[in-house]
Amino acid sequence: MTETDPILSVRGVTLAFGPKIIQHDLSFDVRRGSIFAVMGGSGCGKSTVLKSMIGLLRPRTGAVVVENEDYWAGTEARRTAIGRRFGVLFQSGALWSGLTVGENVALPLRMFTRLNDAAISRLVRLKLGLVGMEDSIGQLPSELSGGMRKRAGLARALALDPDVLFFDEPSAGLDPITSSRLDDLILNLRDGLGATIVIVSHELPSLFAIADDGVFLDAETKTAIAHGSPSALRDHCPNKQVEAFMRRERPEALTAGKQPVP
Amino acid sequence: MTQNARTDLPPAWQVSVTRGKHVLTLSGDWVAQSGRIPEFPPRGLAEIGSGQALAFDMAGIGRWDSGLIAFLWDAKRAASLSGIAIDAGTLPDSARKLLGLLPERLAKPEPAPRRRFRPLNWFGGRILDVLNETGILSTLLATTAKGGVLALTGRARMRSVDLFANIRDAGPSALLIVSVVNFLIGAILAFVGAVQLRKFAADIYVANLVGLALVREMAAVMTAIVMAGRTGGAYAARIATMQGNEEIDALQVVGIPVADYILLPSILALVFTMPFLYLYGCLVGMLGGFAVSIAMLNITGAGYLAQTLDAVPLDQFAFGFGKSIAFAILIGVTSCRIGLKAGRSAADVGVAATRAVVTGIVGVIALDAIFAVLADVAGL
Repeated sequence: MTETDPILSVRGVTLAFGPKIIQHDLSFDVRRGSIFAVMGGSGCGKSTVLKSMIGLLRPRTGAVVVENEDYWAGTEARRTAIGRRFGVLFQSGALWSGLTVGENVALPLRMFTRLNDAAISRLVRLKLGLVGMEDSIGQLPSELSGGMRKRAGLARALALDPDVLFFDEPSAGLDPITSSRLDDLILNLRDGLGATIVIVSHELPSLFAIADDGVFLDAETKTAIAHGSPSALRDHCPNKQVEAFMRRERPEALTAGKQPVP
Repeated sequence: MTQNARTDLPPAWQVSVTRGKHVLTLSGDWVAQSGRIPEFPPRGLAEIGSGQALAFDMAGIGRWDSGLIAFLWDAKRAASLSGIAIDAGTLPDSARKLLGLLPERLAKPEPAPRRRFRPLNWFGGRILDVLNETGILSTLLATTAKGGVLALTGRARMRSVDLFANIRDAGPSALLIVSVVNFLIGAILAFVGAVQLRKFAADIYVANLVGLALVREMAAVMTAIVMAGRTGGAYAARIATMQGNEEIDALQVVGIPVADYILLPSILALVFTMPFLYLYGCLVGMLGGFAVSIAMLNITGAGYLAQTLDAVPLDQFAFGFGKSIAFAILIGVTSCRIGLKAGRSAADVGVAATRAVVTGIVGVIALDAIFAVLADVAGL
């Protein structure tokens, strides 16, 4: 295993709900230690692709390979074992509403480690400290603001020291300042923990700030239409549609030959 | 983080002075899930004078993850406590970044405000609660009644689609469970009656017992209890979920009265369906009694039917019919109110549903007792 090995690759995956195809013959590799962005406009199936990577939706065809192991080919127990090395931050935090913030972070540790209570509460404090939430340890999720819920969700995702962290729309619903703080936090966590990070987002400023690789999904052709880091796609991409998206231009501005709206 | 397949070395640390500098030397593997991460004593740096600096030596360290950071955070806090600066430049890049995110001291959790139990305050609070709740329920009842009258004249602001959907859920879908419960109740009454009445050779009066008990009490009460569990709980859970999704807030902002849009169709659906479910329940219950009587007793089917018709005058049906309307209003209004009052978390939805069912069942039985007393006074 070298640094350039893909830690996770999606190979020829087709995702569908019933007769409705979401993405077709989708392939991309996530390099170890990279911050990988799954990009695309609203409704192109970004979150669905994420679901197939974290074990919530079985692809109709194709494979999701995690460190040379086909994730969906194995037994459920095998999937759980692989999934334990994943941390997921859901769109609105998805904290368990009956538990306090501290208990939310502690639950994965209680379920999957044999640490005693003192060691668990120490790790809980640490994870909450990393996201700047250590004084909210005893609060219930309903008492938190949207940004705090997201950070608490991140602390929970970090509980088991994951190798891969998945973020579903991390900046959705956050103001630009909070959002850029979260970006810094993600960068620091990647550098500090050496984790690989997969981000599903269409939030351009934060994509440019943190992602160093990515894939661009298209809702019409239902597959990947560009690969590369967000800033590279913005500066030059053979697919003009992607380039326009990354520059915040509307596609009709391209065809009509008008000056793009800044 | 290197992934060597060797066995873990226990984590070890010491603070020493080399060339006039204080150095915290770490060695071994620092993996959080090993459960062997030591704690850095809070006063562990007290003997170093304040104003000094603490450097780190991590050369001997193996695998590490957040366990190491937990220990370094301890050390950082201890250093801050003793006024010692940390030379973060001697840390690996990644550890330094994480340590930089952590605060120098733990926030003291706010002490919970001490609450003294004051019986008078508590009692007064409860009285106010009850009065407040009575007011809200009466308002709700009045709005619903007004809406109901408007609906009858075709001027209501609710959508008839909602009403019909609710009627379908509360009525036809409930037929099976109402049938089962009432059939069995009728059969049980016949069993109990048959055993006793046979002793007096009064077999035929089983028809009176089953008929009167069902029509006056059991069919209305059992149907109401089934509906409290089935429909009342569902209403409370649905409205509580809407509350959690801010759907109720959205209705209020747009200016659609919650009473018209959600409560009225729900409550009216119950009021429309319950009396018919009651009549249906009477019929099925008598069928149950009939089946048991024919099988156990020496009476003919025709004789049983004739006796039933004789024993149960029509005004008894009117009494039961009226009661089941009252039960429907009670269940509808309380469960909607409980749903509206619910908190916004997933647990609150469960609490609301449970509370609606319990309140519905207890309320139905209490109301039935009141009716029994009133009927006695009125000589019905």
